[in-house]
Amino acid sequence: MSQIKIVNLQKSFGDFTAVKNSNLTINDKEFFVLLGPSGCGKTTTLRMIAGLELPTSGEIYLGDEEVGMLRASERDIAFVFQLFALYPHMNVRSNLSFPLKMQGYKKSDIKNRVEEAAKLLRIDHILNSNISSLSGGDRQRVALGRALVRRPKAFLMDEPLGTLDAEFRELMCLELKKLHLDIGATTVYVTHDQLEAMSLADRIAVMDGGEILQADEPNIIYNKPKTKFVASFIGSPGMNFFEVNEGISKDQSFVNIEGAKFDIPKQLEESKGSKNFFGIRPENLTLNNNEGLKGSVFGVEYLGSRKIITVKTSLGEIKVKTDISINVKLNENVQVKPLNNNIIIFDGQTDKSLNSEFIK
Amino acid sequence: MDTSRSYLEPSSFSKKMAAAIIIVYAVITLIPISWMVMTSFKNVDSAISYPPEVLFEPSLEGYVNLFTNRSRQSQEYLDSLPPPENWYEELVRSREMVITGPSKFLGRYSNSMIIGFGSTFASVFLGALAAYAFSRFRVPLKDDLLFFILSTRMFPPIAVAVPIFIMYRKLGLGDTHLGMIILYTVVNLSLAVWLLKGFMDEIPKEYEEAAMIDGYSRLQAFFKVVLPQAMTGIAATAIFCMIFSWNEYAFAVLLTQFNAQTAPPFIPTIIGEGGLDWPAIGAGTTLFLLPVMIFTIILRKHLLRGITFGAVRK
Repeated sequence: MSQIKIVNLQKSFGDFTAVKNSNLTINDKEFFVLLGPSGCGKTTTLRMIAGLELPTSGEIYLGDEEVGMLRASERDIAFVFQLFALYPHMNVRSNLSFPLKMQGYKKSDIKNRVEEAAKLLRIDHILNSNISSLSGGDRQRVALGRALVRRPKAFLMDEPLGTLDAEFRELMCLELKKLHLDIGATTVYVTHDQLEAMSLADRIAVMDGGEILQADEPNIIYNKPKTKFVASFIGSPGMNFFEVNEGISKDQSFVNIEGAKFDIPKQLEESKGSKNFFGIRPENLTLNNNEGLKGSVFGVEYLGSRKIITVKTSLGEIKVKTDISINVKLNENVQVKPLNNNIIIFDGQTDKSLNSEFIK
Repeated sequence: MDTSRSYLEPSSFSKKMAAAIIIVYAVITLIPISWMVMTSFKNVDSAISYPPEVLFEPSLEGYVNLFTNRSRQSQEYLDSLPPPENWYEELVRSREMVITGPSKFLGRYSNSMIIGFGSTFASVFLGALAAYAFSRFRVPLKDDLLFFILSTRMFPPIAVAVPIFIMYRKLGLGDTHLGMIILYTVVNLSLAVWLLKGFMDEIPKEYEEAAMIDGYSRLQAFFKVVLPQAMTGIAATAIFCMIFSWNEYAFAVLLTQFNAQTAPPFIPTIIGEGGLDWPAIGAGTTLFLLPVMIFTIILRKHLLRGITFGAVRK
C-alpha cells in the first residue's frame, strides 16, 4: 500500500484542457473520492494515475516512485471499470487468475489467492460460472476480486456502482466500505454521486472544469465549502445564494439584501468587489408567517422524514428543508428567515468563500 | 382483431410467404449443384445421354477417372495381365484400359488448400492487426488511409492482371505458392480490414485497458483479450476471404501452370476420350465444394452472429 501524490498535473487533448495544474496528496490506506459533474476531469485524473493516459505535464508519485510516464502494467495498481470490463470469454475463476498468471505465480498459489479473494467477496460459489450468467452485483464483486487478488499498491475505481440499480448500489456501498476497512488499501474512487462520495470517503476532492476546488473530509466539504460551486454541487438541494450588492469589509456582521438586513457571522476577510453572494443551506432556513423574506410557495417535495419547500421570492426561488410537520399549500404566502447563523459569504469575483467566525 | 401478437411480429401469412420464397430460392440455387453431384456419380455414357437421365445407376467411374491416369489397351494385353487387385482396377479394365498412375488432381487440390488457407490466415491476421490500429490509435490521415485501402477494391482485381504478371515474372513469384498467397492476401486484405475494424470498434477498449493494468503488454492484451472477443468478426471475415481465394480462377489460370496450379483451372481440363470427361469434372467439382462447405459449417455459429455486425452485442 502506498501514498499517491500528484504534483502540478496537467492533461490536454488538443486545445481542450481536461485537467488543470492539479495537486493532491492521497494518504496511505485512505479512501479518497474524486467527485464532480461529468466532464470535470475526475476520470482523466484517475486514468493518469492508472497509466491509461499520459500526463501532458506534471508528476505522479506512487509511494516514493515517480510513475507519470510508466506504462499501466508497470505501476502495480488495480483498476475497477464502470462497465466492469470482465473478460466475457473466460469464466469467473479465469477472470480472477488472469492478473496473477502474468506475474508468474505457481498454479497452486494462484488457486489459493483466487479462492481467498472469492471467499472475502462471497463469490466462491460462482467461481466456475460464465460472466454472462451473473447479476450486476456479482459482476461487480468479480471485478473487485480481480483487483484484489494482486494485492496492488492502490485501487482505482471509476464509478464502479454507476450501472447498478439504486437498491443494490446502497448494499454495494456498504460492502465496499467494509472491504476497505478489512484490507485497508489506498483507494481512489471516482463518482458524480455525492451520496456515494459522502458515505464512502475519508476525504473528497470536488472537481469542476479540470480543477480541484477543495479536498477535505466530507463534513467539512459540506459545511464549509471553499467555493460557490462546491456549495451548490454538494447537498441536495444545493446551497441557496442571494446576490449582495455591496462590498464586505472586515468585522462586518450584517448585510443588506434588497433593503432587508440580515445577520451574518463576523467576517474575517474583506471582499474584492462590490458584488458578492450570501449562501445558506436549505436546512438552515425556516418558514413562518410574520418575519423574514416574503414569498409564495411554488413547490413541495416530500423526502420521507423531511420536506423541501420551494418559495418564490423577490430574490428568486429559495429552497427550504423543513420538518415534515410543516404544512403549506401551493401559492400560500409565507416568509423565510434564517434559522441560525450558518451563513457563508462568497466573493463575487473569485467565487471563493470569505473567512468568517463560521468558516475559517 | 387479433391481439395475440405484437405489431412488430410478422403474421403467420407473411411467415409462410417468407418460407415459400426461401424454398423457391433454395431450389433454384441447388439445382445446378445437385445436377453436378449427380453427374459425378454417373458413367461417361449416361452423363451425356439425351434426354438427360434423372434416375441412373450410380457409378464411381468419375471419381476413379479423376484420381488416375489411364491408357487404352488391346483385349489381348488385358487378358495377359494378372486379375485386377481392387475394385477400381476392375472398373478401369471393364473400360478396356489400365491405370498408368495417379492423376495430378490431388496435387492441385492440395495447392488449393495451401494457397486458400494460407492467404485466408494471412488476410485475417494482418487485417486484424491493421483494423485494431485503425480502431484504437490516432493514426495520421486515418480516413484517407482507410479510403485508400477500400479503393483497391473499386476495380476488378483482374484489371491489373498484366502488370502483376510482369511483376511476378521479374520477381520469380510466378507459379509459386508464396506468390499466390501474397496475391490473394492483397486482394482480400482491404475487405478484412474494413470488416474487422467494424467489429473491433464494437469491443469496448476497457477490456484491453483492464488487461494492461493487470500487467499485460498491449500486444499480449490484443491476443488474449481482443482477438477472442472479435471471434465473430474473424470467422465472418475468414469465410469471405476463404471463398474468394478458394474459387479464384482468372489469376490462377494466368499465373500458375505446374508447381502451384490450383484446382479451379485444373478441373475443366480433365479430358477423357473423345471429349470432356463430365463425370470426372463433376467429381472434381463436388470434392472442390467440400472444404468451403465444411469450413463454413464449422464457423456458421459465428457467421450468423457476425453478419448482423454486432448489432446484438453488449
